[in-house]
Amino acid sequence: MSFMDVVKQFESFDFNSYFKSVSAADVLHSLNRDLLSPYDLLNLLSEPALQFLEQMAQKSQKITRQYFGRTIGMYAPLYISDYCSNHCTYCGFNCASDAKRLKLTIDQIKAEAQVISDMGIRHILVLTGEAPEKTPMSYLIEAVEVLKTCFSSIGIEMFPMDEEDYRQLKDAGVDSLTVYQETYDQQIYKQVHLKGKKMDYQYRLLTPERGARAGFRSVNIGPLFGLGEPGSEAFMAGLHAKYLEQTFPDVEISLSLPRMTKAAGGIAPRHTLSDRRFVQFILAWRLFMPRLGITVSTRESARFRDKLLHLGVTRYSAGSKTDVGGYALKDAEATAQFEVTDTRTVDEVTQMIRENGFQPVFKDWEIF
Amino acid sequence: MTNAQNDVLVLGDIEFSSRLFTGTGKFASRDLITPMLEASGSQMITVALRRVDSSEKGDNILNYIPKTVTLLPNTSGARTAQEAVRIARIAREAGCGNFIKIEVITDMQYLLPDNHETLLATEILAKEGFVVLPYMMPDITVTKQLYNAGAAAVMPLGSPIGTNRGLEMKPMIKMIIETSKIPVVVDAGIGRPSQAAEAMEMGADAVLVNTAIATAADPVLAGKAFSYAVKAGRMAYLSSLAETKMQASASSPLTGFLRD
Repeated sequence: MSFMDVVKQFESFDFNSYFKSVSAADVLHSLNRDLLSPYDLLNLLSEPALQFLEQMAQKSQKITRQYFGRTIGMYAPLYISDYCSNHCTYCGFNCASDAKRLKLTIDQIKAEAQVISDMGIRHILVLTGEAPEKTPMSYLIEAVEVLKTCFSSIGIEMFPMDEEDYRQLKDAGVDSLTVYQETYDQQIYKQVHLKGKKMDYQYRLLTPERGARAGFRSVNIGPLFGLGEPGSEAFMAGLHAKYLEQTFPDVEISLSLPRMTKAAGGIAPRHTLSDRRFVQFILAWRLFMPRLGITVSTRESARFRDKLLHLGVTRYSAGSKTDVGGYALKDAEATAQFEVTDTRTVDEVTQMIRENGFQPVFKDWEIF
Repeated sequence: MTNAQNDVLVLGDIEFSSRLFTGTGKFASRDLITPMLEASGSQMITVALRRVDSSEKGDNILNYIPKTVTLLPNTSGARTAQEAVRIARIAREAGCGNFIKIEVITDMQYLLPDNHETLLATEILAKEGFVVLPYMMPDITVTKQLYNAGAAAVMPLGSPIGTNRGLEMKPMIKMIIETSKIPVVVDAGIGRPSQAAEAMEMGADAVLVNTAIATAADPVLAGKAFSYAVKAGRMAYLSSLAETKMQASASSPLTGFLRD
């Protein structure tokens, strides 16, 4: 049994018809339940649920306060290499793009880490493209060793690996794994992944399971909104999170909602996700999974993130640079993976969080 | 008459006159912790070692806790006994003192403690001289085993952590209170002062309240309310003890004749 079996169960499910058949009464029924079934999740993700957004928000806020208090975990991303052998049509790092490539030396990683750590960040998310020949295990482990001296939690968002490789990284000090399925729709997946190892849908889909088995204490997943139909993507992501929570009860599971922004050299989104729907998804996920972590990055605007704080999110990045060498290497002419919309400094985001009556939590892990 | 004035709880070599233990998590601002401690009179506060940032630039949560308050570092994040042991040792090295609340959780969905791993960690840490307070599922057998392993107290949960549902495990906790040779601190799930009072009335030696205080609109006032409730519950417990004694020492109407 793996999550692939769940995907297969829903392969021929007619999401469109189901969403259309949902009544206001169905939504209210699901909204008022304590333990939600997958059908309740579908109801809350449907268009008719939009008219109950405020009620969903009230309940989401209450549940989130109960389990997470008035706190927001803080982190920042660190891109160490943008070499990539995949051709994903939506990504600025794709191998067909003639963008200049960069890979940081260990000393450069040290310099970047110092700058990020000086901003107050204690949890780091390390990113690379998929080019294991450029970023072999020895390099990654060396990077982790350096980062351990500056940070108290190290997450990775790299290329999918085998369980054994994850175990090596875990033993080196990595404690959390982020991997996005991009789209749960196998047809679209095929259309947007033209070249490279990433073409293997199932290998990517089962990556969170391999990471959990390897012993990471937290796993963060999500679809890239803009590729598949948003409602069904949010549903499959919710089921995926629930599957992981139930299969690996000792792992903290969280979801992200990256929305496509136009990347240099990438395609425009096929489906756009409105702010209202974005919020609806956060609320539906929260009601479906009370203890779920929900991460919102600086892809989202400052104004929007200030409001999301009250709705059920649990983790924010801040001060982010999404290009290799973006923090410390002044001359780097690297390509950004996506455009940062909330360009505020860590101090500014922190101040906003405090003004909203929340505590920014910088350190919530100890590498031991 | 019971002298409630000298009523102290001794753990390790420290006497606690307040039987309300508090926590540092979930507050809207760390600035609320110090006034909450003052208002509640709490003399012991738990802090997750994973949140202690003792780096130079870090905002160290320990700076918000007055020196007069005993630190109870906890092993939040541990999934095995070995991890709990490592966290406890790091806490001691980081200057958090000798107390340790063992918290081993292998179920993130409900956040329930793993008694087996908790017992293993207690055995190791008690031998290393820690004052061990294990957070546990209410279980009489495990309570005895924890006592034999050297625990200074047991901390059974009232209901799942953060739920504010009160003493759902009341019958089990009552049995533990009746049989335990070490103090019983009801930890987790207490959402209202009345529930804290109920636990104390029942004979709990102390309660630990975090979520209910931290997530109240006014955590300082909530801390104060809990402090009154804990005192009231304790007094009620002591007073009914006195009543029981009076009955027990009264002359025996049925068998009194045997003295003649």
